[in-house]
Amino acid sequence: MSSNDMTPSQVIPPTTDLAQIYAGKCLLRNEIMLDNIQFEVLLNQGIFKPLPSFHRKFLWHQCNRCGNDKASLLGTIPCARCHTSHLYCRKCIEMGRVMTCEPLYAWAGPDPIWPCHLQPCTWEGQLTSAQQQGASCVADAITQGRSELLVWAVCGAGKTEMLFQGITEALKQGKRICIATPRADVVRELKPRMQRAFKGVSIQALFGGSAERDGTAQLIIATTHQLLRFQKAFDVMIIDEVDAFPFHADPSLPFATYRAKKTLGTTIYLTATPRKQQRNRIKRQKLPHVFIPNRYHGHPLPVPQMRMTRTLAKALRAYYLPDSCITWLKKRQNPQRQLLIFIPEIALAKQLLTPLAKTLITERVIEDVDSVSYVHAHDPERLEKVKQFRQKELSVLLTTTILERGVTFPSVDVIVLNAGHDIFDEAALVQISGRAGRSADDPTGEVVFFHDGKTEAMMQAIKQIKMMNERGGF
Amino acid sequence: MAICLWCDCDIVPHITWPSLFSPEKPTRLCQACTYRLYKLQGPRCRICSRETEESTCHDCAWWAQYFNNEDVLAFNYAIYLYNDHMKDIITKWKYRGDYVLGHMFADVFYETFQRVFSNLKEEVLVVPIPLSDERLAERGFNQAEMLAHFLCEQPSSFVERVQGEKQSKKTRQERILSKNHFKIKKRINKPVILVDDIYTTGATLRHVAVQLRKNGCPKVYGFTLARG
Repeated sequence: MSSNDMTPSQVIPPTTDLAQIYAGKCLLRNEIMLDNIQFEVLLNQGIFKPLPSFHRKFLWHQCNRCGNDKASLLGTIPCARCHTSHLYCRKCIEMGRVMTCEPLYAWAGPDPIWPCHLQPCTWEGQLTSAQQQGASCVADAITQGRSELLVWAVCGAGKTEMLFQGITEALKQGKRICIATPRADVVRELKPRMQRAFKGVSIQALFGGSAERDGTAQLIIATTHQLLRFQKAFDVMIIDEVDAFPFHADPSLPFATYRAKKTLGTTIYLTATPRKQQRNRIKRQKLPHVFIPNRYHGHPLPVPQMRMTRTLAKALRAYYLPDSCITWLKKRQNPQRQLLIFIPEIALAKQLLTPLAKTLITERVIEDVDSVSYVHAHDPERLEKVKQFRQKELSVLLTTTILERGVTFPSVDVIVLNAGHDIFDEAALVQISGRAGRSADDPTGEVVFFHDGKTEAMMQAIKQIKMMNERGGF
Repeated sequence: MAICLWCDCDIVPHITWPSLFSPEKPTRLCQACTYRLYKLQGPRCRICSRETEESTCHDCAWWAQYFNNEDVLAFNYAIYLYNDHMKDIITKWKYRGDYVLGHMFADVFYETFQRVFSNLKEEVLVVPIPLSDERLAERGFNQAEMLAHFLCEQPSSFVERVQGEKQSKKTRQERILSKNHFKIKKRINKPVILVDDIYTTGATLRHVAVQLRKNGCPKVYGFTLARG
């Protein structure tokens, strides 16, 4: 006979297995891999709970998956399924269309049980005393179940290592952990490091186009976008680079990270450059924080120099390197270092490349044209080029702000062309300066801002770096 | 202020003396997104709108031969080239189902239609290429029907797709030789303009055209958004 004659218990996988997959998520029907009969039964048993896909906020509507309430991103569709016109969300449409006529489904069955690991940490490195201080604070916040902690550590302090102790404690207690970061590159880089540090733990990396998609591991490393599918899933939520784009610019991302953690969960924020809002909360003592002003190698942060360049605008319009820049190139402390050049716009990168290569050859900084290249966010070979630069196959790299954070090159000098541009705000400039002097072998490096008029952002960035050095005891 | 349908940025109107006194029609796309769409211009194949120096391109010559020198499709007019930007737009519009994106083509589609088909003397019927019921339920709307609605209030719907495999998943040979999945529900005696989003090999339009001709239709034209 047909499958309809089977009793539900024969058809449906045990709820403990389903809980592993579906608990803590908020999904569309087509994201739930069960056939209609199985799903109907679970729905009737109240194991899946339908949620309306939109709710009304005073005069406007809000998407219940991504929190979008912007009128231009809520469309109306004459739906062929239900023969009425109704709302759909345009913001999160890449993850499947959320429509009024189709609810979202949340798991309401028994909670999954995550294993309690006895000795999960397989990392054998040593923390410096500054790192140890940060690590203990993180571990305390997690074990005591505090709601928030901000870890303010300078660029190159070794933030990832500081997390290991806290994660270890959480795993011992059988908690579920998520490390969220705004950038997919960082997720890719972080996953192997975490796997080496926690060999016996199930770890998954989620980002747009990742091979693993179901998000069923105990430790999840994800871009903040991927958290839109989660709801009350994590006991510990670690948000890396809270101040980075697009996290602070896109309201749906804080919405997603807030919803993805459990009501009593702990949120750990990591940053080198807290935004004004967070600094104000620290000042008012509303946000517990720990400050780590020392780099792991114990040397101070390089303080940027400012170089007034009156011909800057003219030079960039005609695509050549301004004179003051060439003068500086001739007098570099250590010409062996690689050179990272930050520019404000993608268009400029393409135009500037050839004239720059010529100038650098005449100045004997490089030998041939092939050792200069540029990267930007839409560059398909971006990963490859960054890798080449890291392996010193390229000696000069022109970049937009995409390399401002999360990347480490051992020995570089950094220059910012047109540092007065709006795109270089205080946080960006501090992060950019933090690219220099990352390794213990070459702990200094030069950072130069070429500008044609000081901006508040430049002054504040330098002030912040000096302040951090001071607090670090230099 | 208007907001760009594609990149969601604000569209800042360029104010000049003439525009102050006779405001331009509001646009749905910002300038940068408009520039990335490439309108077919210059010499084109008189049958399928492909940009070419020849009057009839190689493929259309093959089709003519296939139908014994009497191509069932009089001609197809396409507006845009199916470039990467167009591909992204159509993917999001049609496959992801972002319905309102289609509105960016409303004005262009109507104006071009008026220009190209205004010389047809008799009354014509505008017919969108249908989707199968299954696919329609999945997508929620038919993109060709949306385009047809830009042209007339009530597009005709006497064509039916019996069973629908996705054309876009097939190779060129498979598309051309695949079975005809279209059915006509009544006899017609007026010329027909078929509306679709993309003309790739021309197989779909010709499948419908064959059926229409069998049911008494004197002439079949095509009007598509893009030429693949």
